[in-house]
Amino acid sequence: MESKGIGNGNTLLSAVTRRDFMKFCTAVAATMGLPVSMAPRIAEAVTSAQRPPVIWLSGQECTGCIESLLRTGHPTLEHLIFDLISLEYSETLNAGAGHQAEAHRAKIIEEQKGKFILVVDGAIPVKDGGVYCMIAGKPVLEILNETAPLAAAVIAIGSCASWGGVPSADPNPTGATPVHEILKPKGIPVVNIPGCPPNPYNFLSTVIHFLTFNKLPALDDKGRPKFAYSRIIHENCERRPHFDAGRFAEEFGDAGHQAGYCLYKLGCKGPETYNNCSTLPFNDTPGCWPVATGSPCFGCSEEKVGFHSPLFAKAKVVFPTPPAQQPDTIPPKGGGAKNFAYGVGGAAVGAVTVALATRGGKGDGSSTGD
Amino acid sequence: MAINRRDFLKFTAGAGLMLSAGATPARAERQKGELPPEAVGILYDATLCIGCMSCMVACKKANSEPGGALYHKETAGHIPFERPADNPIYDAPDNLSSQTLCIIKAYRGDGATQPVHSGSPGFSFLKYHCLHCIEPACVSVCPVAALQKHPDTGIVTYNNNRCFGCRYCQIACPFGIPTYEFEKASPSVVKCQLCNHLYAQGRYSACCEACPTGASIFGKVADLREEAKRRLALKPGDTYAYPVKRVDGDERTEQVVATYVDHVYGMDEAGGTQYLFLAGVDFDKLGFNPKINSDVYPDYTWEYVSHVPALIGTLLAAGTALRVVTQKMDKNKNQAEKEDKA
Repeated sequence: MESKGIGNGNTLLSAVTRRDFMKFCTAVAATMGLPVSMAPRIAEAVTSAQRPPVIWLSGQECTGCIESLLRTGHPTLEHLIFDLISLEYSETLNAGAGHQAEAHRAKIIEEQKGKFILVVDGAIPVKDGGVYCMIAGKPVLEILNETAPLAAAVIAIGSCASWGGVPSADPNPTGATPVHEILKPKGIPVVNIPGCPPNPYNFLSTVIHFLTFNKLPALDDKGRPKFAYSRIIHENCERRPHFDAGRFAEEFGDAGHQAGYCLYKLGCKGPETYNNCSTLPFNDTPGCWPVATGSPCFGCSEEKVGFHSPLFAKAKVVFPTPPAQQPDTIPPKGGGAKNFAYGVGGAAVGAVTVALATRGGKGDGSSTGD
Repeated sequence: MAINRRDFLKFTAGAGLMLSAGATPARAERQKGELPPEAVGILYDATLCIGCMSCMVACKKANSEPGGALYHKETAGHIPFERPADNPIYDAPDNLSSQTLCIIKAYRGDGATQPVHSGSPGFSFLKYHCLHCIEPACVSVCPVAALQKHPDTGIVTYNNNRCFGCRYCQIACPFGIPTYEFEKASPSVVKCQLCNHLYAQGRYSACCEACPTGASIFGKVADLREEAKRRLALKPGDTYAYPVKRVDGDERTEQVVATYVDHVYGMDEAGGTQYLFLAGVDFDKLGFNPKINSDVYPDYTWEYVSHVPALIGTLLAAGTALRVVTQKMDKNKNQAEKEDKA
């Protein structure tokens, strides 16, 4: 059967039907909260011959961020790195190794100055000259400082790159520092995609936004894309109705926990963590995020919460909104005299109308009788 | 009728005596406005409350146990909050009711969207239940001493074996606390009794036991007053280790201090209460009647209630006299008719 693929035929995208492809573009637009009319522009951007080069640097990290990115369904990883972007350097995915890989990185940075996207995962150690994370004999701190000023955009993926994450947990022996703190003196803006790991769609949507509009999506005051990180998890949590009704799991395995009640008292950090976990399934898999499995959220994506506050300590509810069913302290009053007056007025008008109609009817009757 | 005239008169005379005797001694024991020696109460800090309603749920559970204010032999084992699986009606009372001793209400502000914690008085919660007045109006009007203030703990308790359902307490209470089981054939008055049935087990008020944030804390009123004053002296934005569950307990939680309204509600309202409130928004906005001041309510109610025995006595005497007169007139009339016929 003839494939209705788009593109030049050499890419894997040619195996995708046009219909499926447009569905993907619409889904991406929806993730970012963009109108469906944006889907054609996204399609145009992701099929353009000019793929932006991406350099992926890794500091103190566990490869979790890139591992979760490897498992996305739309777009698949091969689609991402062969058709959407041109992944020029990534320690996990490099085809070459050693001097060959390092030489390629230097070449691309030189060739694509001001055009490539720099993605960083992992925290950057700064103590003792940054000797706690060496790549090709150089501290990663030095590599970052050399590369970042030449990049078109810097994206820090994961909580380590965004806030310091695991390596920066007390007592922080290596002086692990988030990327934005290192680049702040240089005046280089950094997009933070926190999470441990972050939902890959938050990262992909940011990249595709950049490809489509040639600029980064709207960011909040902590450098996070607003489309993903403007709401507290608690606000849209599937267990929120239990919270609003005072139904809590008091301890692990109790009747409330088995019944799926709210996990706040078990230390759920949902009420103080900004993320879209409760609305966008992680990697398109509904029911796989911690709260759905009965484990309290531990605030991995929130600065000073994940890896910094005790795991089962109760969260500070940053925005306690009263649910609709809670009565007002001062009950709303009815219209009182005003509404009563309207009623009386209406009745009077009605009575007059009826009286007139009756009289008119009688007049008619008498006239026909005559 | 099974009761004869003689017995009825004996009973009413006895009841009249009991009324006039029963109302007075309760007032004489303690100096007016003085806190009972072992007075216990609750301090509620609205700036810490997250509106999770754990207190409401725990209250219903604890009070459905034998001895609790919601416990009835005929409905033993039934917890008002927990609906059976075949009838899972969502329990969302809009005020205190015969099945709700404690309720969380919300002040939603004038279109404000910022919580009290953030420094701008937006919305706030209020946990509402019996305030356990130091001079309770309900006790002062109860003709049969079904409502009593415990001489040591100061808890205003209710005894449904004594209550004869006049519901004066409902009218007298300035806070609108006592509710009545109108739906029952043999109804009782229902109100918070600070979970006094739990003290023997070493437990305390269920609402405080369940409160996760330390918004409600249980303890001696003297300690609670001190704690409340300490909090008002804190600087907004600082952190303070707020006690959780009990004011004298070890459990504490570090919280950022919110901006308080410089007043402890219940310190002298209605002559002082054993349930104290702190809040970030005006207490008027939290639904407290602004007409309530430091006046002691039994002072007012006594003026009226003290006349009740005299009134009943007068009515009895007048009624009896009237009956005697009309009976005599009827007799004369009947006699006259008989004579006419004859």
